[in-house]
Amino acid sequence: MSSVIFIALRRLRAPLILLVAVFALGIVGLVLIPGVDAEGRAWHLTVFQALYFMTYTATTIGFGELPREFGQAQRIWVTVVIFLSVVGWAYLVASLLGLARDKAFRGALVAGRFRRRVRALREPFYLICGFGETGLLVGRALDWLGTRFVAIEIDETRAQELELLDLAQDAPALAGDARLPENMLAAGLAKRECRGVLALTNDDHANLAVAMSVRLLNPNIPVLCRAMSPQTAANMASFGSDHIINPFAKFGEYLALAIASPAGYRLASWLAGLPGTTLKAQTAPPRGHWIVCGYGRFGREVVQAFRGQGIDVTVIDPNDAGVADLRAVRGRGTEAEPLLAAGVDLAAGIVAGTDDDVNNLSIAVTARALNARLFTIVRQNLQANRALFEAYAADITMVSSEIVANECLARLKTPALGRFLELARGKGDAWAEALLERLIAALGDQTPEIWSVAISATGAPALHRALMLEKGKVLLGDLARDSGARERRNACVPLLLTRGGGSLPLPAEEVPLRAGDEVLFAGAPRARRAQSPMLSNVNVRDYVLSGIDLPGGLISMWAARKRRARR
Amino acid sequence: MNLEKVIFGFFIVLAATLNFGFVYGEVGNPQHHHLWEFFAAFVVNVIATVLKFGDRTQVGAIHLATSLVAVLQLAAAALVWTLAGPSDAGLSVSTMSSIVSLSAGALLANVVSVTILIVETTMQRR
Repeated sequence: MSSVIFIALRRLRAPLILLVAVFALGIVGLVLIPGVDAEGRAWHLTVFQALYFMTYTATTIGFGELPREFGQAQRIWVTVVIFLSVVGWAYLVASLLGLARDKAFRGALVAGRFRRRVRALREPFYLICGFGETGLLVGRALDWLGTRFVAIEIDETRAQELELLDLAQDAPALAGDARLPENMLAAGLAKRECRGVLALTNDDHANLAVAMSVRLLNPNIPVLCRAMSPQTAANMASFGSDHIINPFAKFGEYLALAIASPAGYRLASWLAGLPGTTLKAQTAPPRGHWIVCGYGRFGREVVQAFRGQGIDVTVIDPNDAGVADLRAVRGRGTEAEPLLAAGVDLAAGIVAGTDDDVNNLSIAVTARALNARLFTIVRQNLQANRALFEAYAADITMVSSEIVANECLARLKTPALGRFLELARGKGDAWAEALLERLIAALGDQTPEIWSVAISATGAPALHRALMLEKGKVLLGDLARDSGARERRNACVPLLLTRGGGSLPLPAEEVPLRAGDEVLFAGAPRARRAQSPMLSNVNVRDYVLSGIDLPGGLISMWAARKRRARR
Repeated sequence: MNLEKVIFGFFIVLAATLNFGFVYGEVGNPQHHHLWEFFAAFVVNVIATVLKFGDRTQVGAIHLATSLVAVLQLAAAALVWTLAGPSDAGLSVSTMSSIVSLSAGALLANVVSVTILIVETTMQRR
């Protein structure tokens, strides 16, 4: 706020001095020039009367000639003074308008408002650095989940666009460089309510700088970084960044999983999907000969994934330097010749993975024309081209911003989900297939809400009390009971039970819970809402656990005890 | 030489000298304190204040504070003068004394201002 006042004062210095000078000159003239009264005697205005006259004349209020009618000489002087003061006011008003249009001044105003809004935030929030495609996806998803967020975006128009989004919350956005710690602090990095930072700019170095400032200024909160190159990822890891997300490496991982265990891949992408995603009936990438177009950061990861699965790959790239022990064809892949040279007619699939959307689509269309049974994986670089990629309908469309957003949300929402998916990966394809069928039968094919319940004094106070103080017994299955009619079950499935260091996937309903346990659930949002009263309300808990509906108030509790004693 | 610095210094020193000129003389004697000198001191003080607007340094803030004090003191004196009567002929000794003592307070603030200006200037070895 103070910077706004300072900028305004500095800009208005000259017009204000001009006005003071005009007033002073006018007053001097009015006091010195005599008027003549009815008896022909000369009279003078006092300084205060002159000031009064100047004030209402210069502001064009014009009360007339006070305290009595002016003489000729006075009127001449007043005419001069009116013109002078009009110039003075006009100059002041023009300066004010210029100030309102001034970029620096408006920037100071906006920054001041941003600071006030962040300072007033009293709910937990996440700080998103870089509100590009990925940031937008994460922001929307956080909003959908009812979590507040604050954004820093270097591009001013993008930061302004945030205000136009149809979000349920009023998310503050700062147009500034996230690399500057000053901006990070203004966005609430050091606030107690800040739950985590997401470094999602499209500049690896900026993400690195964000991770560094979080490490030094607020080391207790997690930071999630997008890193496009392995070097940056290594650098980030070297000072202990919690989560580093490389979309290309992540996609390579997914691809390897999809080939090795199609059901495992479907399970992972469904559970970790953005809210509202439906499970798609997906065919697994076939084994056989694959062609990879574009051997950049993305192509390298894909080739590595294929070779890890023992699949034979041919690369098409305009410059084949550095492709040592690979079969490579020099070219772009947008024309038929290099594709044929790479053996497209006998290939099982093709990956169009250059950094140009139009080229990728062109490769995919050309390749399909040459071999209609090809499995196509197309890389989409820009969200703006979404319509084109949807129309083409490749078997798998790789969108790096969506991968990063998915990863961020999965790690922020429920860190336990990552552990579960890790365990699921080791269980094999049949296990994943069975689980998928069970989940769909219980919950439908929309991505379920994933939440975890910690049996602790803060996470589930009523249950914790039952286990610690009242020596009660709580079975895992009880957590799924409906708090209105206990024999009914809420639509939720426990995925993982974490106790001490170990975790048990898909725990049975008969497992007794202990204090300190953490249970990961998948279920409808309704089931989660229905579950929460039992965790925190002692009376609801008693009903759900034992079926006895106890009265709540002190007097009725006392009466109930009396009645029981009499019996 | 910087014209802006000249103007700045000019107004600050002029504010102090005019203020001193008005205060100088027997405290309660209206003959020793002229209205026009007071008027000039007031206007110059206001201009000096406006000139100090917008400097964000520590020294600038003190500069502005001293000027605001001076203007406030002079405004109080002007108020007393206006309320005492329309003409300067009939001022009582007690009224004149209070006007002059208020202006003397403003003079002190102006002296501080000038001192800061001098100290600031000698600190710069250029």
